[in-house]
Amino acid sequence: MSKASILPLRLAEVSFAAGGRTIIDRVSLEIETGLSTIILGANGAGKSVLMRLMHGLLEPSSGRIDWNAPERPGVPRKQAMVFQRPVMLRRSAYGNVAYALKIAGIPEPRRAALVREALESVGLSHLARRSARVLSGGEQQRLALARAWALHPEVLFLDEPTASLDPSATREIESVIKAFDAAGTKVVMATHNLGQARRLGDEILFLDQGRVVERSPVEDFFSKPQSAQAAAFIKGQLPWI
Amino acid sequence: MSEALSAALALLIGLDSKLVEIVLLSLRVSLSAVAIAALVGLPLGAAIAVGRFPGRQTVIVLLNALMGLPPVVVGLLVYLLLSRAGPLGALGILFTPSAMVVAQAILILPIIAALSRQAIEDAWREYEEQLCSLGAGRVNAALTLLWDTRFSLLTTILAGFGRAAAEVGAVMIVGGNIDGVTRVMTTTIALETSKGDLPLALGLGMILIAIVIAVNAAAYLTKELAQRRYG
Repeated sequence: MSKASILPLRLAEVSFAAGGRTIIDRVSLEIETGLSTIILGANGAGKSVLMRLMHGLLEPSSGRIDWNAPERPGVPRKQAMVFQRPVMLRRSAYGNVAYALKIAGIPEPRRAALVREALESVGLSHLARRSARVLSGGEQQRLALARAWALHPEVLFLDEPTASLDPSATREIESVIKAFDAAGTKVVMATHNLGQARRLGDEILFLDQGRVVERSPVEDFFSKPQSAQAAAFIKGQLPWI
Repeated sequence: MSEALSAALALLIGLDSKLVEIVLLSLRVSLSAVAIAALVGLPLGAAIAVGRFPGRQTVIVLLNALMGLPPVVVGLLVYLLLSRAGPLGALGILFTPSAMVVAQAILILPIIAALSRQAIEDAWREYEEQLCSLGAGRVNAALTLLWDTRFSLLTTILAGFGRAAAEVGAVMIVGGNIDGVTRVMTTTIALETSKGDLPLALGLGMILIAIVIAVNAAAYLTKELAQRRYG
């Protein structure tokens, strides 16, 4: 694998429209290596769509999205994504991670060690042989994290990974994300959960109606939001402050 | 009626050699046809489900419509193809079990392709983002979906088998219902009924129904067990 970093990621005047509705509206920004970025915003603000544009699952209607080192077909992706609802393949937990490695073109002999390491990192080694689809929601999401992280991507996109989980499963997921962050993976996560944003984020990218209205370090964002929309959002989410 | 029934039971219990021969030929022909149709139809269904090409919707509508192909029409077309003056007449397989396999395979190919296309496309909707995110191309995605929908596809293949085993028009035309060569259960039932030999017709009818029920039960159980295990 080449050493060239795929970061920074640059978005220039990126818009995305679907069904006559503008979902992302002329967003320009740069995602650098290092600090973890939280994309915060209300439902419908465009968080998921923005991440899908970055990850390449959607094509922008206009504007440009450029990675420092463009992806080439046949070379394993250096970015991965975990979705709100994990999609488990009809095979074992082990098989799900091995599948991702196979798609990435990792030769069979090298897969076993990588799969074991990935399962270990999310605490699922004991369930390796279990069928992925019968695991609990929290376990499935941890498996999705292992699958995404098996190749140690440079960038990990997370789209509200705990939105459909209970508090204890959420804690487990958060600690896994922290560990990945500490291991040097750039985390870009969408959430509308302020507590989670505070626990996992270094900087906040606040989205409102498809536009980035504010970008600031976590502490600044919560103590002195720059925009009226952000202030209203924080107040709306935490009315007791 | 009751006389015919008891005679039919006697044939069954005695494993009448003529009857056994007919049943085995029926199974051989229909199972071969299903194997060929599945080999072609499943990848075809997956390709249409995952592929993006001009005229895709037209292809889907046509394929769905072809599920209702009348067996006699398929028989006629295959007859014309294989008859001595036809384009494939040189093969010399008209009025042989091979011709019957060809006709049934053509008859059930649209069923397997159309139903698998539907099952795979439903799964594709769920899997698409995840597979694209992992970097799987369309060919890889199609193969993955074929494997992941394997339990639904079993039902699809079964629908094809049911159709093949039960049809009479196509095998009658291209097989010719020749005693000891191309006589299968359905053609025998038709012939013996018209001749008035009800016991053989009735016995074969019972076997035909029993086979269809047994195969479906086996497939249902497999699917249930597998789904409990794999989710």
